[in-house]
Amino acid sequence: MSARTISEKILSAKAGREVHAGEIAICNVDHVLGTDASSPMAIDYFEKMGGERLFNPSRVHFAFDHYSPAANAKTEALHERVRVFAKRYGAELSDEGEGISFQLLAERGGALPGSLIVGADSHTVTIGALNLFATGVGSSDLAAAMITGQAWLRVPESIKVTLTGTRTAFLSAKDIALALVKLIGPEGANYKTLEFHGSALSALSLEERLVICNLGVEMDAKAAIFPPDNATNEYLAGRKVGLDAPVTADVHAVYAREVTLDLSRLSPRVSLPHAPDNVVPIDQAVGTPIQMVFLGTCTGGRARDFHEALAGLDRAGGKIADGVQLVVTPASREVAEILRGDGTLAAFEELGATITAVGCGACCGTSGVIPGDGMNVLSTANRNFKARMGNATASIYLASPAACGAAAATGRITDPRAARVSR
Amino acid sequence: MITLDGRARRLGDNINTDYIIASTRKRETIDEQVLKQWLLETVDPAFAASVREGDIIVAGHNFGCGSAMEVAVTVILAAGIKAVIAQSYSRTFYRNAINNGLIPVQCDTAAFEEGDKLTVTLDGANPSVVNHTRQLALHGPPISGIMLDILAEGGLVPYIREHHTFAPAKS
Ligand code: SF4
Repeated sequence: MSARTISEKILSAKAGREVHAGEIAICNVDHVLGTDASSPMAIDYFEKMGGERLFNPSRVHFAFDHYSPAANAKTEALHERVRVFAKRYGAELSDEGEGISFQLLAERGGALPGSLIVGADSHTVTIGALNLFATGVGSSDLAAAMITGQAWLRVPESIKVTLTGTRTAFLSAKDIALALVKLIGPEGANYKTLEFHGSALSALSLEERLVICNLGVEMDAKAAIFPPDNATNEYLAGRKVGLDAPVTADVHAVYAREVTLDLSRLSPRVSLPHAPDNVVPIDQAVGTPIQMVFLGTCTGGRARDFHEALAGLDRAGGKIADGVQLVVTPASREVAEILRGDGTLAAFEELGATITAVGCGACCGTSGVIPGDGMNVLSTANRNFKARMGNATASIYLASPAACGAAAATGRITDPRAARVSR
Repeated sequence: MITLDGRARRLGDNINTDYIIASTRKRETIDEQVLKQWLLETVDPAFAASVREGDIIVAGHNFGCGSAMEVAVTVILAAGIKAVIAQSYSRTFYRNAINNGLIPVQCDTAAFEEGDKLTVTLDGANPSVVNHTRQLALHGPPISGIMLDILAEGGLVPYIREHHTFAPAKS
């Protein structure tokens, strides 16, 4: 048996035979995820494919996250279609206000080390932080997986990403992720898995790993996987449903490419409009006026992100600057409950922030707040494509929660490390 | 063998699926016949109205990156476009294309310009393009294994209807 990557090991286990990069594997999937943006179409495919039942109803999950709440009757009709289907076939449904699909699977203990998860949402890769192979598919593949419990996958080559060094103060997981997007490029990981290694991993919390894996898609990665360790076990403790099968890479595994990032030399980053890989060190963007700050999404919508943002805001003056709208959207009900419990939501509310319903919120312009004409937005999200938030004349900048918090206080892009000075 | 004649509709690099069809448009309907009026509106608001049946999209690197949304493929098909030629594809778009019978050809499009007269051919597993305007003949890498089976059977719907499973890979 030759040396294998984590991807090769997981897909071999799911294919029931040893497979290597480049081969096509027919794999059994552990969970199948659909969103309100992808499931209505998957249901159409399911019916056209002659689907009669789900391979395992408890393994098929739908979440209403992109349109939460539904903005109008037509969107609500799409929700209703999924509700009716879920009821008829017994699928798991998380209705409006529950949270983002793969975030919910992680919180509920279904995202277990060693598993294979397909989701009709490109950011499904996020939960690879839990030492599993999670990948995004379209609605037709979702429907086929709902029926067969299988997915065909070309076993990907892996890129070995080694993170070394100790972070400096105020350097966020988002900065690491943006630096990687720049380093690897917008299609640098196409058809490949990012597999993380290195001495810096042990200092990254599970929530931080989720942020890094999330941005994998902005490099076109098929999956992004962390090795298992204490952080994985701590997160799973009390959540885990079923058995995990942690997977590590063999020492002599073959990689398509190896990249190393020294975190001790990294400074905060900003992605400029209108492409996520348009990343610069924050000093090149400092001073850019900002009219909306958006805290949320599957990248920056977890408890740790809001704590980081609030601390950044505090250090930069502790008030929302005139002319800035601060929008706060927790990624899930669990996140909102944590923030309610520890006073973070109340603190944001007192500052005058707009707190929205749980879910994707303003991320892709489908629910909640829309930026005004010509506005500059600073966001904790992952994509800043033109018109992404529903207004083609707005310009979206991406940064860490700390930098977003600081900008909310100053009305300009502000280096979170220097923010203390302006108090 | 499939042969398609058409004119090139030139796009650039990193055309993401939000640009092909905006998320804000598809939250009200997933009917591609309705959505096609907004095809590529963020790139060029006049694009959709200018599309003719048989047009062929020609793009640069990383076509279809970003969201895995499948309407990005069905809207292109609904507009009467049956093939896309690009320097490279994002994997989710490529999969969705195959699953819906949109032919994705991968080759060097650097010399292609808007309006070029093209013939796309899929001969068994082998895609090729003739650019009559530039007098170029190019071959893409063959479409492999199960993807070819899915494409040959007309897409993933007829494939699953027929087999109810994914047949073992022919490697
Ligand atoms: S938060 Fe944004 S990127 Fe994440 S799943 Fe929702 S729409 Fe997609």
